Amino acid sequence: MHGTARAWLGAVVLLAALPWIPGLHSDSARSLLTQMGIAAVFALSYNLLLGETGLLSFGHAVYFGLGGYASIHFLRAINAGLAIPVPFVPLAGALAGLAFGIVFGALITRRGGTVFALITLGLGEWVHASSLMLPSFFGGEEGVTASRTRAPHLVGLDLGSQLQVYYVTAFWLLVSALAMHAFMRTPVGRLANAVRDNPERVEFIGYNPQRIRFIMFSASAAFAGLAGGLHAINYEIVAAEALSATRSGAVLLMVYIGGVHHFAGAILGAVAITWLQVSLSDYTTAWLLYLGLLFMGIVAFVPGGLAGLAMIHLAALRTRSLGTIARSYLIALPFALIASLGVVTLIEIAYRRATQPEAGTSMRLFWIPMDTAKPWPWIVAAALAAAGSFALVRAWPRIAAAWAQAGEEMHARA
Amino acid sequence: MHAPDAATTPRALELSGVHKRFGQTEIIRGVSLDVPRGERHAIIGPNGAGKSTLFNLMSGRLAPTTGTIRLDGEDITARRPFRIARRGLSRSFQVTNVFPRMTVRENVRCSVLWSLGYRYSFWRSLERLRDANERTDETLERIGLAARRGALAGVLTYAEQRALEIGITIAGGARVILLDEPTAGMSRPETEAVVRLIRSVSEGRTLVMVEHDMSVVFELADRISVLVYGEIVASDTPARIRANEAVRAAYLGGGDA
Repeated sequence: MHGTARAWLGAVVLLAALPWIPGLHSDSARSLLTQMGIAAVFALSYNLLLGETGLLSFGHAVYFGLGGYASIHFLRAINAGLAIPVPFVPLAGALAGLAFGIVFGALITRRGGTVFALITLGLGEWVHASSLMLPSFFGGEEGVTASRTRAPHLVGLDLGSQLQVYYVTAFWLLVSALAMHAFMRTPVGRLANAVRDNPERVEFIGYNPQRIRFIMFSASAAFAGLAGGLHAINYEIVAAEALSATRSGAVLLMVYIGGVHHFAGAILGAVAITWLQVSLSDYTTAWLLYLGLLFMGIVAFVPGGLAGLAMIHLAALRTRSLGTIARSYLIALPFALIASLGVVTLIEIAYRRATQPEAGTSMRLFWIPMDTAKPWPWIVAAALAAAGSFALVRAWPRIAAAWAQAGEEMHARA
Repeated sequence: MHAPDAATTPRALELSGVHKRFGQTEIIRGVSLDVPRGERHAIIGPNGAGKSTLFNLMSGRLAPTTGTIRLDGEDITARRPFRIARRGLSRSFQVTNVFPRMTVRENVRCSVLWSLGYRYSFWRSLERLRDANERTDETLERIGLAARRGALAGVLTYAEQRALEIGITIAGGARVILLDEPTAGMSRPETEAVVRLIRSVSEGRTLVMVEHDMSVVFELADRISVLVYGEIVASDTPARIRANEAVRAAYLGGGDA
């Protein structure tokens, strides 16, 4: 209990201090932090479904987007004279998310598993298509805009700076995270875990798994709507992209890469993916490809995600077996570097040839000039990729064994 | 430990004319069975006789093709399992059926919540539900898993998982308990421990169990029903079942019980 209280206090301090840390001082860095915060709320809401209830949704952006649209219209009403301070706008998003979560949830939570996943996919496409057909509410391709500054000010908060937007986001992130964390420690929250593990057995202890799924779905949609509201404040525009399958896919990536078994996993994933989306795209236009590779790697080799990895290393630190893990890393590291070098080179030259033929065949990669019309760059890169991967596959069992050992010690102590 | 008088004691469970058909195959062929309150009733029979199907019908996992099932006089035929569970009938499973990625304690705690009236509460913190936590701890002591409370149910040994299976079944305080082969696959000492556990948890409740171990059956049961090819061929006290020629021929075979 004390540990938990300390963790939350730490989170408050961290969120308050982040925009003042050297390097995160600029408006662009604070904008990145804001985006991470919005993604974190959205990812946490998604994990109520995936990690906690075992429901795989391919259409969670529907509630993010509808919450965003509700919020942007609410913001427009404020611009037109409604006397409500802007920091309350995300509540409109949460209400809209909840309302749609209840309506759609009543239909789609009757079944779990594959049926649920497929229905969310269809519903997501349907809502996205409908949004383009109803331009009066959804604003068509351009979306709906509003101003966050033309509004009554709450204790001097005019939302004129990115810093203020960040703090509003951080506040709602903290409130939602606390609420979701507490929610998971109620009878319904715990029964959601039971439905995830074994829905049939749940029926024999007096609960209707459909009802549990429905409550979890509605709650999850409400928090997704709240995240959509933060999105509306941050960008002052909401377009059909907000409820698209792309965004639904992104939140699935975030939560899976972050780790579904740990509360903080969704936050880690949101931070990591947002950072990759923003910064990796500065370096390479093929960044989505790398994101896909990362996702496949995590699914295949690190099912616990980033949070699972962190837990393993913390456990190893406690049992003083970090040395074994570090040795296995040292052995694998050179191979990993060689393999990455080869793979990245192949991707970059292939991507450039395919997407920018007008840029010519000579390019620089890792400060090395090369001509992609000649076979040598391809051969060398392919050889590096193949040799590095082969050696990495041979070294992998050592890492897996070191992780497994730390994991076992972690469970034995529980 | 004598059998309650079946004529005067109110019935906990009443099956009348129950049939279950899967396509062309009739698995349960007209079962009528009365279990008086407080009785420990064993159902025995060869493999494929329909014992588990009968349990599935009583607990709502399957709906009978025809016939009625009553629980404490109330018709529960073809009700959903959670409705039957709420009316006070709880069952265990032959193949362990727990919540593998939750701790032992959470497995049991989930099972006490409905009966204590917490229903779909999402505003109350579990840690503050004093009665639920006390009931959980009592149950853990009783099934001998108090020391393993923090372990994930999925990593328990087989015998521990079987104990947890019984714990989940009894935690909600059901008046009627159905145990499906509670000692299957257990060693002699483990079986004896489970028999002691069943004896204590069924005190003051109605127990129906399917069991293959005849020593367990004759030790625990007030009455025994013999199910052969979907029909009850005899339903009587252990002594008379042992002496029944038809039963010996149909099931007990060499009389090794």
